[in-house]
Amino acid sequence: MWTTWVRERAVSSLPPEKLLPDRQPSYVSSWIYVFGVATIAALVVVVASGMILGLGGPTWWHTTSLGRFLNGIHLWGVELFFFAMVVHLWGKFFMGAWRGGRGRTWATGAISFLVAIGAAFTGYLSQQNFDSQWIASEGKDGLNSVGIGAFFNVANFGQMYTFHVILLPLAVTALVVWHVLLVRRHGVVPPYPAKVAAAAEPATPSEEATQ
Amino acid sequence: MSATARAAPDPRAPWPGPFVRYDLIKELVVALGVVTLLAIVLTVLFSSPDDPPTTIQSWAQADPGDFIATATTELAGTSELAEYGPPYNHTPEATQKIGPLDLQSTPGVRIPIDTAKDFVLEPLGEIPANPRLKRALAAYQAAPPALQEAWTGAYEEALPKARIVRGIPVLPAGRYGPVAPMMVALLGLAQSGGLDGALLAGDHRFYQTNYTKPLLFLSGGGYFEERAEGQHLLGTQWGMMNETGSYPGQVWLWLYTFWYQVEPFKESPNADALIFALMGVLSLAFICIPFIPGLRTLPRHLRLYRVIWRDHYREAES
Repeated sequence: MWTTWVRERAVSSLPPEKLLPDRQPSYVSSWIYVFGVATIAALVVVVASGMILGLGGPTWWHTTSLGRFLNGIHLWGVELFFFAMVVHLWGKFFMGAWRGGRGRTWATGAISFLVAIGAAFTGYLSQQNFDSQWIASEGKDGLNSVGIGAFFNVANFGQMYTFHVILLPLAVTALVVWHVLLVRRHGVVPPYPAKVAAAAEPATPSEEATQ
Repeated sequence: MSATARAAPDPRAPWPGPFVRYDLIKELVVALGVVTLLAIVLTVLFSSPDDPPTTIQSWAQADPGDFIATATTELAGTSELAEYGPPYNHTPEATQKIGPLDLQSTPGVRIPIDTAKDFVLEPLGEIPANPRLKRALAAYQAAPPALQEAWTGAYEEALPKARIVRGIPVLPAGRYGPVAPMMVALLGLAQSGGLDGALLAGDHRFYQTNYTKPLLFLSGGGYFEERAEGQHLLGTQWGMMNETGSYPGQVWLWLYTFWYQVEPFKESPNADALIFALMGVLSLAFICIPFIPGLRTLPRHLRLYRVIWRDHYREAES
């Protein structure tokens, strides 16, 4: 049965000691590692506040103090999400985190960042205020200029709202889950060699990111 | 085993050095608590912006001259939108190109907008019990295009000399044909709020979620742009990455917005298409960094990893 194959493959790729280890290499004691988990925490805050906002429909946050408060949590959650994600991303770049067969881990993280930009963009378009109007008015030209605007109409609130509350959050969440599973499977990248003149050292096969 | 080999394990191999105890679930729970608290504190301190949208009614009431001038260009077919090209209409040579590549034309006209019909003639046709307007509309629609052009041209030319009396433009005498009563009626419809509804419900459906027509009409006017300028949202002011008020907005769009501020994009008629293509290439390169020779080894030469792992190197090199 293919289901047995899937189960066996999943367990062999990610046994419990890899999925939820109780120890990590000693080099992980650096503040930079906080920003990866902070990004996930911010994503949870954004999704949870967005779900509650969505329960009342797209307009109630304009007219109720609770809605306005939740919109604030949603907005600042997004700002914290991107702040943590960008610091995490730069940290991983400077660490060369794709070394040792971790290329897909980097790629899924990078795609998560780009899709999250789309999720935030459609969120700004779904606010139903002057900011949304102006962003739609400006944003249409870029999308129209390459033919995307014919299918992805930023002035069509219904379409943007669907993208914002269903499609893109699902895509971001799925990508982040995939990214985290790859991190758990391959482990955190070890440091570059110590006491080696970096400029003189040739690239080794282990520095390549092929899977 | 040499000292270098001890300090430089294969990044594919299991870590041969010491381990520390780690509780991932605890870390996530603590991070969730801290981020939630931060979001609450930021909300209590700064809340969130919510500038009310511009309506066609508020535009027509606040700046009737600008509304009439914009509506006349929509009727004459001389507005930016009337000559936009795909996906709204078939204007030849209006599209942006990336070299010889015309992606804008590829999907064709999928959101058809006829500015004269959609923004002026059809909404006016919905106004009941106004025989003078009915006659004006019939005369305009029966006239040959050259005569329509002469009327709208004369009206457009005279508009800067108009005086606004009790919210209505009064023009010097001229050969405007039926355009003058049509525009006065359209202004009245807009000031009453009727044009907002007429543009949204143009296809007579009860439920509506598509604001394409009213938004495109609004964005053709100077009033809408002036409001955006006051909120530092224009393209020359780093555009839509900003937020109304003093909020951070979409700061992650800084690179996209940056290209609009510099040559050769700043003055290029193909700026949108070129910047979109450039950002596409840069995004692809960003995803593929691990596979691009030179880029993938750059962090090793930058040596900033020594700051990140300073404790590890202090220990390994001591």
